[in-house]
Amino acid sequence: MQVKPAGECVWEIPPTEKAGMRVPARIFASQELLATMDQGVFDQVTNVACLPGIVGAALCMPDGHWGYGFPIGGVAAFRADEGVISPGGIGFDINCGMRLIRTSLREDEVRPRLVELVDALFKAVPSGVGAKGFVRLDQESLRQLMREGARWCVRRGFGWPEDVDRVEGRGALPGADPDHVSERATARGLDQLGTLGAGNHYLEVQVVPPNGVHDAKVAKALGVEGPGQVFIMLHCGSRGFGHQIATDYVRAFDQVMKHHGIRVRDRELSCAPFRSPEGQAYFGAMTAAANMAFANRQVITHRVREVLTDVFRRDACDLGLELVYDVCHNTAKLEHHRVDGRPAELVVHRKGATRAFGPGSSDVPIAYREVGQPVIIGGSMETGSALLVGTTEAMAASFGSTAHGAGRTMSRHEAKRRVPADKLLRSMAARGIVVRAASRAGVAEEAGVAYKDLDGVVDVLARTALSRRVASFVPIGSVKG
Amino acid sequence: MSVGSFRFLEDVALADCALEVEGDDVNDLFETAARALAAVMVDPETVPRARTREVRLEASALDLLLYDWLSELIFLKDRDETLFVDARVTVGGDGPFTLAAEARGDVIDRVHMALRADAKAVTFYRFSLERADVGWSARVVIDI
Repeated sequence: MQVKPAGECVWEIPPTEKAGMRVPARIFASQELLATMDQGVFDQVTNVACLPGIVGAALCMPDGHWGYGFPIGGVAAFRADEGVISPGGIGFDINCGMRLIRTSLREDEVRPRLVELVDALFKAVPSGVGAKGFVRLDQESLRQLMREGARWCVRRGFGWPEDVDRVEGRGALPGADPDHVSERATARGLDQLGTLGAGNHYLEVQVVPPNGVHDAKVAKALGVEGPGQVFIMLHCGSRGFGHQIATDYVRAFDQVMKHHGIRVRDRELSCAPFRSPEGQAYFGAMTAAANMAFANRQVITHRVREVLTDVFRRDACDLGLELVYDVCHNTAKLEHHRVDGRPAELVVHRKGATRAFGPGSSDVPIAYREVGQPVIIGGSMETGSALLVGTTEAMAASFGSTAHGAGRTMSRHEAKRRVPADKLLRSMAARGIVVRAASRAGVAEEAGVAYKDLDGVVDVLARTALSRRVASFVPIGSVKG
Repeated sequence: MSVGSFRFLEDVALADCALEVEGDDVNDLFETAARALAAVMVDPETVPRARTREVRLEASALDLLLYDWLSELIFLKDRDETLFVDARVTVGGDGPFTLAAEARGDVIDRVHMALRADAKAVTFYRFSLERADVGWSARVVIDI
């Protein structure tokens, strides 16, 4: 397959490379990252380019790797009136996302109580297989939560009113329709609000390292004061509720496509016209799951505030436990962009990709409108994470999208073979990182060696102007599923 | 008790878990697939066979029946907090296909069970179920 250079850290696969491609495929990567991408990325991004109604190009971010249907790191926009919506372009963990909470604590204040803090977080935020949350929902409450997301939590006392202003979509995406959520999804999700999950999900205590502030002015606007400041970062999603909605509709769309005369190259790219009854049903249910994920991260935030208040015996306001931002990386949203110079209503799919709207966008909180939307990129549990902001350039180049993480380069079994859990935990302890995990095997699967170099990914985002680097964080405590 | 075999495929699903399952016949294939799924989530040796549950399903195609069967076990893991580590399965019909199963396992015990990954869903990625030279084989990727 021909992959041509198309600018600094931009590569293009022309539509002539595969029968049925309606637009080019475009990959944002350095030469080094491109060389490490598996063949699945190239096969899948060109399959996406074949879907009805796609505009611009099928995109893949620098953290891209093999996924189901779409690659992880995939971004594609479809005309709302002529295009499709595909569960494979969103993922099973609907609105998996990142949330960053600042503190006024410094590392030297936290270190003496770090073990106590991580133990308390591990206890307060259940993780792993079969975890149940502390919020008891009935059917009606869950229906309200599907529409109101994080706002429902704040109404119930699980958060501060100002929290919702710092969540993508103000904590609740429009269009959620509980009537299109199955009883099975409801049954699966009723008890899981406030749980972390497993796999690559985490709750971390992080600190800004020396030289960790890359743009002091923007960092200050986002509440990052400087090296030594402690932050809390969450990575989780809509739990079994979202997984079941995705399962229901992947299964249903597998049969629906023939009624709409749609043929796809990969069964995981099953889709339906966005305006069709099936497309609208999935959009309503998927958005309900996205709002459940916002609520999940909001309830966990409430628990985090309780734990820090208890451990440090100081009021949460006094500890400065303000939300920096909460951003999705597995969604499809109705957005307005310009296509060929004209305004267009698009269904923008981001799968393992983050919205990154630039300065001045009305969708960016007023507090951040001058600097752009915060982008939170999670790295591996060993190496750290990054805070960036969206750019005007990203609006034109990627429908306002950027990367979401470091991206895997190694299978879970290979990671376990290379670094057994005991050895990894000892190594992390020696570096001052306290880890508590529901599954030891799960920890080994998430070793830093299994991921791409986060700096390499962030460097591409800066060079392509998809995002602007603001600050880095390194973990000192980690709760894993 | 199933006599089939399964193995994890490492070059198929980087971030998730790909399984290749073989069975003497269709029933054995479905039983072995249930054991394989359980092994993704827990060390089966640490799970008592203390609870049983009957499952009945119907699907228009045999591969969709396998998809539904494994999806049901994942659903029960979350809804009932129960891990089923083996099953006796009878598949019938020739379109639609039916499944009648008795699954065995126990309520999740985070102290005494060696828990592994949390299965989210069965995917259609490289999903296959076919008659082999001897018996049946399937390939399934589980999102974890």
